[in-house]
Amino acid sequence: MSAHEPTTPSAPKRAGWAWRPFALTLPALVLLAAVIGYPLLTIVLRSLSEPQWGAQNYVWFFGAPINLTVLQRTFTISAWVTIVCVICAYPYAYLMTAVGPRVRLVLVLCVLIPFWVSGVVRTLSWVILLQDSGVINSLLRAAGFDGIRLIRTQTGVVIGMAQVLLPFMILPLYSVMKGIDLRLMRAAQSLGARPSRAFFTVYLPLSLPGVYAGAIIVFILALGFYITPALLGGPRSTMLSTLVQTQVLSLLQWGRGGAMGVVLLVTTFVLLALAAPVMRSRYREAGRS
Amino acid sequence: MKPGQESKGAAIDLESISKAYGGFNALDGVSLRIEPGEFMTLLGPSGSGKTTTLNVVAGFTDVTSGKLLVGGKNVVGVPAHKRNIGVVFQHYALFPHMSVGRNVAYPLTLRGVGTAERKARVARALDMVKMGDFAHRYPSELSGGQQQRVALARAIVFDPPLLLMDEPLGALDKKLREWLQLEIKRIHRELGTTFVYVTHDQEEALVLSDRIAVFNRGRIEQVGTGRELYDEPTTLFVGRFIGDSTVLRGEARSDGASTALRIAGETVTAPRRMAGEARPVMLLRPEKLAIRRPGQSAAGTTNRLPGTIAEAIYLGSGSKYEVRLADGSTAIVRSPLTGESFGLGEEVELCFDGADAKLLADDSTADATLT
Repeated sequence: MSAHEPTTPSAPKRAGWAWRPFALTLPALVLLAAVIGYPLLTIVLRSLSEPQWGAQNYVWFFGAPINLTVLQRTFTISAWVTIVCVICAYPYAYLMTAVGPRVRLVLVLCVLIPFWVSGVVRTLSWVILLQDSGVINSLLRAAGFDGIRLIRTQTGVVIGMAQVLLPFMILPLYSVMKGIDLRLMRAAQSLGARPSRAFFTVYLPLSLPGVYAGAIIVFILALGFYITPALLGGPRSTMLSTLVQTQVLSLLQWGRGGAMGVVLLVTTFVLLALAAPVMRSRYREAGRS
Repeated sequence: MKPGQESKGAAIDLESISKAYGGFNALDGVSLRIEPGEFMTLLGPSGSGKTTTLNVVAGFTDVTSGKLLVGGKNVVGVPAHKRNIGVVFQHYALFPHMSVGRNVAYPLTLRGVGTAERKARVARALDMVKMGDFAHRYPSELSGGQQQRVALARAIVFDPPLLLMDEPLGALDKKLREWLQLEIKRIHRELGTTFVYVTHDQEEALVLSDRIAVFNRGRIEQVGTGRELYDEPTTLFVGRFIGDSTVLRGEARSDGASTALRIAGETVTAPRRMAGEARPVMLLRPEKLAIRRPGQSAAGTTNRLPGTIAEAIYLGSGSKYEVRLADGSTAIVRSPLTGESFGLGEEVELCFDGADAKLLADDSTADATLT
């Protein structure tokens, strides 16, 4: 800044500079445009232009029943993964709010350690656990039960994906739960609510924003999963990303692969738009006014 | 309560209740009888056991030993949600995801009250706290004072025979606090419910209460009306906690019917003796002390102590002086507007009638707890 500039800012001159804080987001925007915006645009263009201009790739996609089956399965598996994650993460995140700082550190580490291990390694370890002669089935047989088929089934895929995605559910849930005033539970009890009733009428509704946030992240990440379903799943649990890979890398059908990606993206947006009114909680809006 | 109306409040009996956390006695044999419909304040500094006592009555804290009777029934071991006691918290504790109306309806919904009756009772409770127009608002849209009034409506809507309030005005500014004190007094009169109110603010306790229980270090020091506690404190702690006071300490000598203290070469006497072995001190209220210039005649006063004016505060209705005495202690004097005024650093004499001095057992911990 030059020395002769006045030290006290004059308000009228600065009035048009309100956009300046947004300039801080410029690096991020440039990066996003380069690594997300440009490839996305390319995929949309190629899905409409290869081998020639037109909607032929979309006509093909919706014309082949296998594609629709896989699309539907992709959403079903993702929904199951989300449900399993909510059920596992909710009590875990609650425990994190209830314990002292040292135990909480251990709990956080347990959540984060899987992040430091490559996804392939983790999935392969599930193969060892789940396969027909694996640890789980050996234990079951040793205990006198029949073995159950886990590998190359949807159940196996859901188990493996839920484990990988669990941290994305636990962390948003924890951040919402730690903001819930536990003294409200005491107030509910003084008003005549037994502890279970207090939980369902006070704690659960207040924790829902965390459930929604985690569910959206887990669901969307699950839709695009490739390695886990490819290693743990069989032909009857193929997800859309596997089909995209086949089209692009094996058959070199970039147009068809692109169309599949666009269909997945649009369907996801539609589902989120449908879910939005449910997730928008009234009191948070009120809090903003 | 209207004259002739039967009290709807419950009597509370605390019988030698103790509560230990590890080796620390939060409550140490607390006994207290609260009459039906009474406004009882539990007053004391932080950590004195008043809030623990409230939590014991509410059912949030269990006791180590002792009995607690509400309306004649022992409720030790009964969980909070079965006690049917209203509680108002310092932090309001309104449910942020419910409108004001649903907050107040909550205890009625839990009790299975029908829709029509529920609406009527919610409206009545909100009207009583003058929040009738706010039923559709959310707690986050209300000021602190408004939130606390809604919390009060929620705590009385199910007609509990006992209402507990834990420093309900602690988070509010002075003006609002004084206004809400009068509102709480009015609501207590209209309901006829037993109120138990916790505060560390002695002025608030004096404004609100029928009787006050003064807590110190897990025990009750004295129970009485505000006037009794101010005029006839039985311990030095109570005397110092309620109202302004001057404490005179010195070498004590008792002969027959009077007690003399020797303070930095001067002697003051009170025409009374203190029972027991403890070292006596004299406690004097500010309006019982007077200031004279040295050599001025001081009719009607039996005792004089030299000192200097350390602080002079104009209060509108009069003046308040702090007088530094020769032994280094400070006396607080309130003098009417009509009296003479004194300047900082002026040499004066502190005068009082020995009959006005309370003789109390010295308790060095009283200072430690208060400062």
